[in-house]
Amino acid sequence: MRYAETGYNLEIDLTRGNIEKVETDPADTKLHLGGLGTNAKILWERAPADVDPFSPENLLIFSTGLLCGTPAPGANRTIVTSYSPQTLLTGYSMMGGFWAPELKYAGYDKVILRGKSPDLVYIWIHNDKIEIREAKHLSGKGAVETQELIRKELREPNAQVAAIGLAGENRVYMASIEQGRSSASRLGLGAVMGDKRVKAIAVRGTKDLNIARPMEMFNLCNDVLKYIKFRNENPVSNVMTILQGLGSPQEMLHVDEKWHTENFMWGNSRTRRKEFWNEEIEKKWAETQLSVRKRLISCYNCPMKCGAIISVPGISTYMMKCFSKLTYSMAAFVEDIDFGFRIAQRATEYGVDGFSVPQTMAFAIELLEADILKSKDFEGCPADNEGRFYWLLDRIVRREGIGNILANGTYWAAKEIGHGAEAYAHNNIKKHEQLPLKLGMLNPVYYLMYCTGEKANITQIEGQFPQAPFATVEEKENFIKDWIQVPDDKFKKIVMEWEFRGEKSNPYFPTVDMAVDIVDWQEMMHYIDDALGVCAGLSSFPLKPPYHIHNYPEIISAATGMDIDEEGLKEIYRRNRNLLRSLNIRRGLKREDEQIPDDHYKKRFPELEKELLDAYYKFKGWSAEGVPTKRTLYDLGLDYIAEDFIERGILIDYEAIPAKEVIVEK
Amino acid sequence: MIEKKKKIIKTIKIDLDKCNGCRACEMICAAYHAEPKYSSINPARARIRMIREPIRDIYVPVYAGETARAECMGRDKYIIDGKEYDECAFCRSACPSRDAFKEPDSGLPLKCDMCEDNTPGEDPLCVQWCINEALIYEEREEEETEEEIERQEDIETGLESLIDLHGIDSVINALGRLSRKGSNGKAAEIAKEVISEAVKN
Repeated sequence: MRYAETGYNLEIDLTRGNIEKVETDPADTKLHLGGLGTNAKILWERAPADVDPFSPENLLIFSTGLLCGTPAPGANRTIVTSYSPQTLLTGYSMMGGFWAPELKYAGYDKVILRGKSPDLVYIWIHNDKIEIREAKHLSGKGAVETQELIRKELREPNAQVAAIGLAGENRVYMASIEQGRSSASRLGLGAVMGDKRVKAIAVRGTKDLNIARPMEMFNLCNDVLKYIKFRNENPVSNVMTILQGLGSPQEMLHVDEKWHTENFMWGNSRTRRKEFWNEEIEKKWAETQLSVRKRLISCYNCPMKCGAIISVPGISTYMMKCFSKLTYSMAAFVEDIDFGFRIAQRATEYGVDGFSVPQTMAFAIELLEADILKSKDFEGCPADNEGRFYWLLDRIVRREGIGNILANGTYWAAKEIGHGAEAYAHNNIKKHEQLPLKLGMLNPVYYLMYCTGEKANITQIEGQFPQAPFATVEEKENFIKDWIQVPDDKFKKIVMEWEFRGEKSNPYFPTVDMAVDIVDWQEMMHYIDDALGVCAGLSSFPLKPPYHIHNYPEIISAATGMDIDEEGLKEIYRRNRNLLRSLNIRRGLKREDEQIPDDHYKKRFPELEKELLDAYYKFKGWSAEGVPTKRTLYDLGLDYIAEDFIERGILIDYEAIPAKEVIVEK
Repeated sequence: MIEKKKKIIKTIKIDLDKCNGCRACEMICAAYHAEPKYSSINPARARIRMIREPIRDIYVPVYAGETARAECMGRDKYIIDGKEYDECAFCRSACPSRDAFKEPDSGLPLKCDMCEDNTPGEDPLCVQWCINEALIYEEREEEETEEEIERQEDIETGLESLIDLHGIDSVINALGRLSRKGSNGKAAEIAKEVISEAVKN
């Protein structure tokens, strides 16, 4: 019997309309856990290395994590993986909600889509009954609307539906996949779904999911829950509001937006507005948020309240989480948060990424002001800030006029527009729009995380090491005294020594070696979460989370029956980390791509930056170009990647030991 | 002499305003009632069910009660604070009109047992796992009055309708068979008593 996982994937060939239930190899679970780990393995093995993201040969994988559906609180993430039309690298984006546990209860760990349907369809998975159903009548419908229509049509109020809106149907590179209060927004996976002509996947499952060591698992999960309660009652002190608690973060709960509005950059990530947050704004924003917010809501089996039901008078109700309440207002220079809630409703129905799209619209307006885009490109566009954003959003998702160019995001749009437009696409890493954040002093830890993340998205890398030093010894001692999550006490020492000014301050402290160590820890937790399907909001993302490297091995062992210890789990992390890196290396990722936007920090330190990257690569067992070495790959049982790299000329087989002997030894 | 008894009424106070719809209650209920305990998870087996329609802001955790053999003749609606709730949103019965509170394999009805075989003094599992306190466990004492008389009256009402339906002879025959089996203790005693009454009349 299989535990925690079902042991079956659903393989759907959309070109032929063929559906197969395929038993998976338990050895892959031992090597990669599940979720992102096994998705990456499948992508490596089955999608051609140079496949066009919009080719029928590209795969689109919807995966549960290994712990999804078990009693582990917050284990509800769906990990969607494919090749991104925007970065052309591996695109993985995740969503919380209810879809992944439902798929487990239907009897599957993953849904793997390949091919391309001739017509718009949706997929209906009800335990052993799977149908590919016509979706012509859903064409053009909103992503939230579609979920409701499908539930009605199927007469299954308990079905969980992941759907795309118009943006996905029109292959907008910033299109999301929406599901309840959650969405897989980054890297344009909604466009890949639209390219495959799949409007939605609906799931209802009523089967049992087995737990290997039930009492042990129950007790461990109970401890996690108790710790969440403890953390909710004991916020971390001496850090800003949003960092005090758990969650992804709880943006719908908090109304205090002083930090974001004054420290994030307005417009096309350009303008910092110090002293924006005055008493009047504070009162008005709080009033608006509380009046449109009908209820704080959670994902499956999680007590945190990161999302909300938002009902703005005159438009249909939707659900929101995270920063989309701010990103549109700030990019548009609109000081009324009511606009943020209104345009986010339209954007959610269209199904677009709340980071990339506002940035792209602000970029277009700057190009108009710089006379690079012309007024004829904006024919019919209202003159006010709000009106322009609505107009641009409509053009982008429909790919009309200038919208057809902007729909590919700032990097590709700038290339196509030319005439110096590239300088305005200034906030990208690996062709992908970043948080609208520009800072003064370089933080070596963040520098590395920004540069080297395979996802090119900081929130998927950053985590539980403080973002800034504490002011006093008392504050430091207070922070480290119950810091049980650290993999090693050396991290406490760094916190104790780290200062705002002087020798032991940014950018030279944490030192290069310390920075590499910290980044490795942050990354490790994210890679484990993404394989398990546990929300980063309860693990890798916030300070002092309930899941950490010390309790994960027990939880995984109790749920699955595999006996994993800390060392074993760390090895799986390294394997998955190298697998993801290898996928991107095979797609052509180079060291020169691992760079932050020029203006990310006011002052740059080229020598230090080089040193940091060198040390990071070395620590990982990669070449100076960022390519995993043959030794590193063999040590992790990724021989097949080393062989592929040697064959492609990516790796040169310098090593003394001939490949054959190494295989014999193993 | 009529004996006055006290009994404990177990109550779960459900605060709809505090519910975030995470369905941890369903999950842990299904896990607790698995055999062996916590060995499998399947919210479709839960004895608590979230009636959940996010877009209409409908969030109602409902516990399984007694089974209804037939559908209600009408389905009413409640409007509370401007929100329209289907009557079934508050109904605790497994019934032919919906799939809630039925074992997914056998279709057999489920019923909340307040986790009665749990360690004494511990709250039902759904309450323990609802750390947002939408579910609060409370006990209160109630006095049972004139229990015997009420019971007798209930039996007579029940029998009258059975007699109407099947005729007195069939009812006497059935009760006779029951009393001869003799295994039912008190039930058999009552049956005997009722038969002699019925025959006298």
